[in-house]
Amino acid sequence: MLPAALEALTEQSVRVGNASSLHTSGRAARAVVEESRERIASVLGARPSEVVFTSGGTEADNLAVKGTYAAQHAADPARTRLVVSAIEHHAVLDPVEFLVAQGACVSWLAPDRCGHVAVDDLRETLATGADDVALVSVMWANNEVGTVQPVAELAAVAHDHGLAFHTDAVQAVAHLPVRFEESGADLMTVSGHKVGGPLGVGALLVRRDARLVPLAHGGGQERQVRSGTLDVPGIRALAVALEATVAMRDVEAKRVMMLRDRLVEGALGLGLGITVSGCWTSGDATRRLPGNAHLVVPGCEGDSLLYLLDAAGVECSTGSACQAGVPQPSHVLLAMGLSEPEARGALRLSLGHTSTETDVDAFLAALPAVVERARRAGGLL
Amino acid sequence: MRVVAAMSGGVDSAVAAARLLDAGHEVVGVHLALSRSAPTLRESARGCCTIEDAGDARRVADRLGIPFYVWDLASRFERDVVDDFVAEYAAGRTPNPCLRCNERIKFAGLLDKAVALGFDAVATGHYARVVEGPSGRRELHRAVDPAKDQSYVLGVLDADQLARSFFPLGDWTKSQVREEAAARGFSVAKKPDSHDICFIPDGNTRAWLTRRLGERPGELVDAASGAVVGSHGGAHGFTVGQRRGLGLDRSALDGEPRFVVSVDAPANRVMIGTADLLGVDVVEGRHLRWCGPAPSGEVRLGAQVRAHGEEVPATALVLDGRDDGADAVRVVLDRRLRGVAPGQSVVLYEGTRVVGSATISGTARA
Repeated sequence: MLPAALEALTEQSVRVGNASSLHTSGRAARAVVEESRERIASVLGARPSEVVFTSGGTEADNLAVKGTYAAQHAADPARTRLVVSAIEHHAVLDPVEFLVAQGACVSWLAPDRCGHVAVDDLRETLATGADDVALVSVMWANNEVGTVQPVAELAAVAHDHGLAFHTDAVQAVAHLPVRFEESGADLMTVSGHKVGGPLGVGALLVRRDARLVPLAHGGGQERQVRSGTLDVPGIRALAVALEATVAMRDVEAKRVMMLRDRLVEGALGLGLGITVSGCWTSGDATRRLPGNAHLVVPGCEGDSLLYLLDAAGVECSTGSACQAGVPQPSHVLLAMGLSEPEARGALRLSLGHTSTETDVDAFLAALPAVVERARRAGGLL
Repeated sequence: MRVVAAMSGGVDSAVAAARLLDAGHEVVGVHLALSRSAPTLRESARGCCTIEDAGDARRVADRLGIPFYVWDLASRFERDVVDDFVAEYAAGRTPNPCLRCNERIKFAGLLDKAVALGFDAVATGHYARVVEGPSGRRELHRAVDPAKDQSYVLGVLDADQLARSFFPLGDWTKSQVREEAAARGFSVAKKPDSHDICFIPDGNTRAWLTRRLGERPGELVDAASGAVVGSHGGAHGFTVGQRRGLGLDRSALDGEPRFVVSVDAPANRVMIGTADLLGVDVVEGRHLRWCGPAPSGEVRLGAQVRAHGEEVPATALVLDGRDDGADAVRVVLDRRLRGVAPGQSVVLYEGTRVVGSATISGTARA
């Protein structure tokens, strides 16, 4: 967490006050919430009333997907279809699968081999009829491979058909110039801990004319679509973190991108057969998140790489999602056309504000021995 | 040494990992995922390695401050253990999947991967002892606690596997291990022991096999007279020595209980008879696995044919190159054993030392 956010969190935590109460301390808490709402709205290019606080990105995604579906379907029972990219985070995918199990249907937008959803693809999908569609959802930037989607163009296509458009911007806010109003999105998810704020707080930005059915019913604290006593310290820290992150975003993005390029070019040059998942353009921070390096190491199991790198002091992730504790090849990589063995050998390295050149060089120095070992282990199973 | 501690999520492997760490080894915890999909927290597609178990193992590893990984050996387990189990039953034999798992998964798939990644050994929470023998070679011995001794299911390990195995619990009793787990603050200290076959959680092997192999009605035949005395739903549901599930508790002829005395899988016939037909004096085994040097000539050893069965004195003789070219072992028992089925393993002991094992291919009466 950013020091300023931590300070705001602890300072607010010792203050009593339920933002829903009418007494003095309640009013003080309410003032903090509303001020934070205004600061967040300003930073993200939205109106304060469009900020709906949630317990994080997952809840916001669930509210966007299920809440919109329920509202659209109630208004017009013919609306039973969701149009969703195949590379969404599980916080979107799983609510979609849940709705499918309840009788909805879904058109998946497959990415190209670089990991981008094509605007024409959405256009074609909707051209054959959009009267049955309840929601279009495409993430701003992918959490695994870091590809940035053409959100504004996709939103415009959805709007041509009068459809609501949601984007999960959790990964994007800290690295890209994300502006809600300009993006054209009707709903946008943000999360606290991805912007240097606390865990367990986030927001769904909801355009004033968007229709949503609440998931949790109760006090109706947030625009009647999200109930629950507000986490005042978390909300204040989120606002502080978001402001700080956005203020240093451009400079930081440039710095991190240069580290990322050093890492990727270094890994490609080791002669180990390593490739980048998707397409690689050095210096690209608009089509791919600047801090994302996603490598495919042929002949290796991701969990072997993870163990060996961890033992060498490098913390990274595999290209896998753990399902019931068992690493499964990533749906994102498979959707991009990687084979299952390729996807199993994927390695995700995220560079952020604590990363340095020394870290990158240490990783590159450790990699040859790690890959050699992992390959020996990989052939055995 | 750098050691992988196989952590099932149970109390034994938790304490085993903790002891290795205390002994100064560099320990990494690994939970084997042997099943892929889990419908709930408490069950999995095959009963073993539930999400809860993986979580328990992770919790212990976190407490010990050691790295923890889940390694996916599900497809290998399916092929080498589960499919083998089904095929053995389908062939009329009674396999022990725990031995297969130790031979092919824990001390093969897991061990090989560990060695390739730079580890020196694998440790488990089995109750058995590894002792340095007179020649400096590592020997496998029975555990101190006779009630928990698991040397039988480790009788498939060869000398190379043994050289890379640690069993830190062999000198202790189960109650001591539980006390130690509680003293170390492990949440699994009071977790019940696992029983039966891990991939058949409800313990109903016959129903599980029937789901795999289908209903195959056949005849129940009286072994003495050859007369058909009843019917059954598939020979794979029966094992030598079994009494329940025959549909006839006692014979109408003599009022004596009836048991399965043999299973003829190709003909799908189950032969039943009185208790005296269950006695066996000689067992012959294939698929020999020696934990050290193979014995030569006639040797006096102890023989044990089931996990918690008694050990009986016997004379063993290795017969080289039978008709299929593989070695066999003939074990003549000093005392008659009841209900020995082909497919079971006979583990041979010299004192407390495990000499080796064989899969029983045939039995005979003197």
